Amino acid sequence: MADNTELERRVPAAGKPRDWAGALGSSAPEIDAADAGHGFLGSDLYEKGKTVHNKRIDGSFRRFKWLVMLVTLAIYYITPWIRWDRGPYAPDQAVLIDLAHRRFYMFDIEIWPHEFYFVAGMLIMAGLGLFLVTSAVGRAWCGYACPQTVWTDLFQHVDRFIDGDRNARIRLDKAPWGPAKIARRSGKWAIYLVISLLTGGAWILYFADAPTLTREFFTGEAALVAYATVGILTGTTFWLGGFMREQVCIYMCPWPRIQTAMLDEKSLIVTYKDWRGEQRGSLKKAAKNPDQYGDCIDCLQCVAVCPTGIDIREGQQIGCITCGLCIDACDKVMAEVGRPRGLIDYATLEQCEAEAAGAPATPAWKALMRPRTFIYFGAWGAIGAAMLFALGTRTHTDLTVSPDRNPPFMLLKDGSVRNAYTLRLRNMEARPRDMEVALTGMPSGAVMWTEAVSLENAAPVQVIAVPANETKVVRAYVMLPPGERADSFSFRLTSLDEQREQDIATTTFAMPGNE
Amino acid sequence: MVTKRIDQPTGTETVGHEWDGIEELNTPLPRWWLYTFYATIVWAAVYVVLYPAWPLIDKATAGTLGWSSRGDLAEEMSAADLARQGVVEQIAATDIEKLIASPELMGQAISGGAAAFKVNCVQCHGAGAAGSAGYPNLNDDDWIWGGTLTEIQYSITHGIRWEGADDTRINYMPAFDGMFDAGQVDALAGHVLSLSGKGKTSAAGATLFAENCAACHGPAGGGMPDMGAPALNDAIWLFGGTEAEVKKQILAPRHGVMPAWKDRLDPVTIKMLAAYVHSRGGGQQAAPAQDEVAAETDIAQAPKAETDG
Repeated sequence: MADNTELERRVPAAGKPRDWAGALGSSAPEIDAADAGHGFLGSDLYEKGKTVHNKRIDGSFRRFKWLVMLVTLAIYYITPWIRWDRGPYAPDQAVLIDLAHRRFYMFDIEIWPHEFYFVAGMLIMAGLGLFLVTSAVGRAWCGYACPQTVWTDLFQHVDRFIDGDRNARIRLDKAPWGPAKIARRSGKWAIYLVISLLTGGAWILYFADAPTLTREFFTGEAALVAYATVGILTGTTFWLGGFMREQVCIYMCPWPRIQTAMLDEKSLIVTYKDWRGEQRGSLKKAAKNPDQYGDCIDCLQCVAVCPTGIDIREGQQIGCITCGLCIDACDKVMAEVGRPRGLIDYATLEQCEAEAAGAPATPAWKALMRPRTFIYFGAWGAIGAAMLFALGTRTHTDLTVSPDRNPPFMLLKDGSVRNAYTLRLRNMEARPRDMEVALTGMPSGAVMWTEAVSLENAAPVQVIAVPANETKVVRAYVMLPPGERADSFSFRLTSLDEQREQDIATTTFAMPGNE
Repeated sequence: MVTKRIDQPTGTETVGHEWDGIEELNTPLPRWWLYTFYATIVWAAVYVVLYPAWPLIDKATAGTLGWSSRGDLAEEMSAADLARQGVVEQIAATDIEKLIASPELMGQAISGGAAAFKVNCVQCHGAGAAGSAGYPNLNDDDWIWGGTLTEIQYSITHGIRWEGADDTRINYMPAFDGMFDAGQVDALAGHVLSLSGKGKTSAAGATLFAENCAACHGPAGGGMPDMGAPALNDAIWLFGGTEAEVKKQILAPRHGVMPAWKDRLDPVTIKMLAAYVHSRGGGQQAAPAQDEVAAETDIAQAPKAETDG
């Protein structure tokens, strides 16, 4: 069987002596139980739900999965509680999406609504990042970091903790309902519910001061939307993590579909090396006819440990999230029977073909070295660098001016002409600042005043106090004495502190004959 | 024709149809999918009972909850009214001239006034309150009937020349048609325009003005807001500032009319409207001690207001 190529394995030529249906039937008896739903319009239209009872396994991929789970869950639950001192005028929560005041705080970075392009940039980076990860290490996102995967894993550990490992759980599933089963089920679901509540609860803490909101939440003072959000997220976590699990990946999630378009023969995937494994046979059979059988002893451990309940030996499929647990299981078995590891392994289809043709095994990291990966990384890094540059060079003041259009100008008694403008002075520092606004490019005699400064104190320069972390909207009047003319001019903003940040806003001055 | 069989490579049953040798595998959807579909049907059935759903000839079925978007609006409006009530009461209790000392309250009043202005005033005074020929501009510093908050409030409340309002502001300039000959009208118009530096004065014109006009408009044309006599010595002309327009106004004066709003708007809304108009850039402060200053010089020189022309 060593001459089988990957292609042939998936589409066997007619007449090949391989009983696929039989192999399938024997390989996954628990999963492929004849459970097709009958009776709906007389056809088998709907498949009865099946529970995946994955077996406990230890190995390098499992340990990596533990690590990723620990880190991601820690980030999710702990982040809202990290404090970050920003002085008296800004919240002290390190990561806060302040929808009410339309600010996004992330440690030292504060994003204002007008800087939403940073968020857009992060989303683009996240999208490109998925492409990059897919190009480099296949469906690693699905296998390790996706919230659905992490929470499903967590819930499966709860199953194991309450009901025991695979066989015990299968037995319990089949057992009739009785006090013991009811106790176990309700205990398990209670733990599901606690996890779900914590998950939904942690989510809202990103949107308000975490300690305050937690206290308000339990004293019944929090906003209705907080309770509703927690309720919905608790429900979805309970349902998606506790019950839907792999169904989400297989039927609901668009990402596996996109990935089917992104993977190619150079992508790192979890592969069963059929050229080495086939013909499958138990140790006993293989001992009798060593020439006829491959390395796969058909022990079904790869199926038993799979969190989505698939048989990796069927090749690439949408249900495979490439978590590598089957690799752990198979390596362990191969070690026990004294055969080399890696019958199931991370490899590209191309490497598999080469190996099948007799080439030496290629280390998996070589799959990383390809132009596509570097191009994605370049694009991803370029956007990141551009955003960092923009972040580092942005000023914390801004001035925008919109002239009144109706009326465009106002003729006063003495023949002078007055224009009204709406000035928006933005102070992105977490402290109040005085800002100087000066008329530039206007004939001498032009003066400006605001609602706070009366006409008697009109002058070409005004100082406006802008509160911390706010955009102050000021209605300003500019008056030109009779006989003078003006067209285009500017307001120049200067912050009256050591930074002396500047901004210039050019606008027009309307007057009779120049509207 | 329908012959189901097991597809060998996949081990899956076919649906039994075949088109030019192409067959379809029967890969059933999960059952929860089916239940989700049933759930949407149940949802729809419940929704149809509870909410407006079926279109009838002139309306839709009402639904047992009695919900309607119009009802939602009414609820939101009354909630908004309730939320505003505190501010409204505060504005009602504050003397209008003291409003300006409280920027918070003044801001609220201006916002409320701006909304009321859009509904009631823009038809004549324009969306930007800039008026047009015959309709005074409310942004400038020229006020026919006075530009303090109190005076603006009075004008809005009682209207201008509004029949049926006893306290309405009223004056009429006599029509001089037939009293002057053409030369006299030329001279008078020239003098009137010269007050603001535009026309040529003459001895005849000055005399005619002193005899016929100065009583109301003031000897220097400074106007008299107490009686609504517009200032003639400024750049602002309600009915136009060309010689022909000035002559027309001398011979057959037009008189604008504004309704008395006390019958249509509540006092707080009027107060807020006054605050808004006052805030448009030309509002005047109430003079603290008016009796000390001689009326004539006050009117002619102070940055108070008059208008028109």
